[in-house]
Amino acid sequence: MLFTLIFYFFSLLAIGSGLMVVFSRNPVHAVLWLILAFLSAAGLFVIQGAEFIAMLLIIVYVGAVAVLFLFVVMMLDVDFATLKAGMARYIPLGLLIGVVFLLILGIELSDWNSSEIAPDLRQVIQPADIQNTEALGNVIYTEYVFLFQIAGLILLVAMIGAIVLTHRKREGVKKQDVVSQMYRDSAKSVSLEDVPSGKGLS
Amino acid sequence: MLEFWDSYLGTFIIIIAQCIAVTAFVMISLIFLVYADRKIWAAVQLRRGPNVVGPFGLLQSFADFLKYVFKEVVIPAGADRSVFIIAPLISFVLAIMAWAVIPFSENWVLANINVGILYVFAISSLEVYGVIMGGWASNSKYAFLGSLRSAAQMISYEVSIGFIIIGILVSTGSLNLTAIVMAQDGNYGFFSWYWLPHLPMALLFFVSALAETNRPPFDLPEAESELVAGYQVEYSSTLFLLFMVGEYATIFLMCALMSILFFGGWLSPIPGLPDGALWMVGKMAFFFFLFAMVKAIVPRYRYDQLMRLGWKVILPVSLGWVAVSGFFAHLGWDAYARFAIGG
Repeated sequence: MLFTLIFYFFSLLAIGSGLMVVFSRNPVHAVLWLILAFLSAAGLFVIQGAEFIAMLLIIVYVGAVAVLFLFVVMMLDVDFATLKAGMARYIPLGLLIGVVFLLILGIELSDWNSSEIAPDLRQVIQPADIQNTEALGNVIYTEYVFLFQIAGLILLVAMIGAIVLTHRKREGVKKQDVVSQMYRDSAKSVSLEDVPSGKGLS
Repeated sequence: MLEFWDSYLGTFIIIIAQCIAVTAFVMISLIFLVYADRKIWAAVQLRRGPNVVGPFGLLQSFADFLKYVFKEVVIPAGADRSVFIIAPLISFVLAIMAWAVIPFSENWVLANINVGILYVFAISSLEVYGVIMGGWASNSKYAFLGSLRSAAQMISYEVSIGFIIIGILVSTGSLNLTAIVMAQDGNYGFFSWYWLPHLPMALLFFVSALAETNRPPFDLPEAESELVAGYQVEYSSTLFLLFMVGEYATIFLMCALMSILFFGGWLSPIPGLPDGALWMVGKMAFFFFLFAMVKAIVPRYRYDQLMRLGWKVILPVSLGWVAVSGFFAHLGWDAYARFAIGG
């Protein structure tokens, strides 16, 4: 009963803030609504007994990815009039995708029979006396460690590729040479001069 | 009567009462920590510090509180009103929220959840939003620059804090804060805590905590001399007070984390003496003293030095330590592998 109430609270929050992401006029507000949507999704995960995933969602998506979104949206001077003008061209495609999704949802809600044991399976399967985190760790780092490492390597390659593609050497950029700054001492940088009156130093 | 406390309403009342108790503890501590901060700072600089309101100036913070609350809230023209007001609320609420999982003694914890340390980490990674939103909504160049600096700084140091924590987790085999403290229980008191096997990380955690909470010498988001107070420059009255209280609550939380992760939480440093919440509070106060001393002694970093320290020194060292301590734990060395006691 209580869990159902909390579930509906978080799901309504997620849907509402998702709608606000689309409808808010200010892009920064849209990102803030998106963050609320992420947070409510994390709440849903906690209800399903997947507290590790919930925390990871907050740390990765809200704590890092959304901050970068916000950063970019705040710094970029996006002209929304031109964006809106271009939108009319893509509306047919958008509508098509929307209709397809709606049809899929319609099939699932109307003519889809789920097994009787399905609702029980929706809960996270927890072996007795093993914590959520430990169970995930066993799967990822013990049973499928090579697949996991390969996934990590692919990400690394993608990251290096992105850096190589976008990196360019710029001429005339002033840089701090940290080592020479650290080895600088008063003997090298300050000297006592006797200034003759009326002449000054050359 | 027992039945009542078992019902939904009774449980609800108990939980609310516990929340209020923890919040009250944090708020009352903050009042005197702000005073202590100013007194220590003054003592280092051979000044007297606050000494007029109450005996030894002890009530100074109450006077400041009243002054802040009774001032007028000024919202600058061109500011985004709703975000401007929400930002300090976020920074205050998050700072208090994180205290829910901090254990003060065995079983003295509001929510003893399995992913306790991750919860604290998640909440502290959200804290950057208060600063960014405040800086952006103010519609001022200084505030915006401060918030940009803060976003970059807090995210960079969060990464290294994450790696430092992983070393501890590998040794303990659990994410639960109570389990982390229990794993440090040993026969040698002070010397069986994690600070000794994880010594380099204890130092790095302290430095990263300074950067994460925007304390001097890493207070670049505020930087009075360049940004005239950074993201909070347009804030006045209660909204400013919320920012300040949030900042100090986070600092105090970092002191609590420092004592839980590396210095044995509520365990007594001398074998034979009883463990208890007093030890925990004493350790937190000691680390706050260190924070205040750093503020008084160390000059501010330059921004590029700060980023270099974070990404090129602290991050590789802490990442390397994860591998090293994982290796030691795999070998089963006593100091590094304590799964049997804690997890």
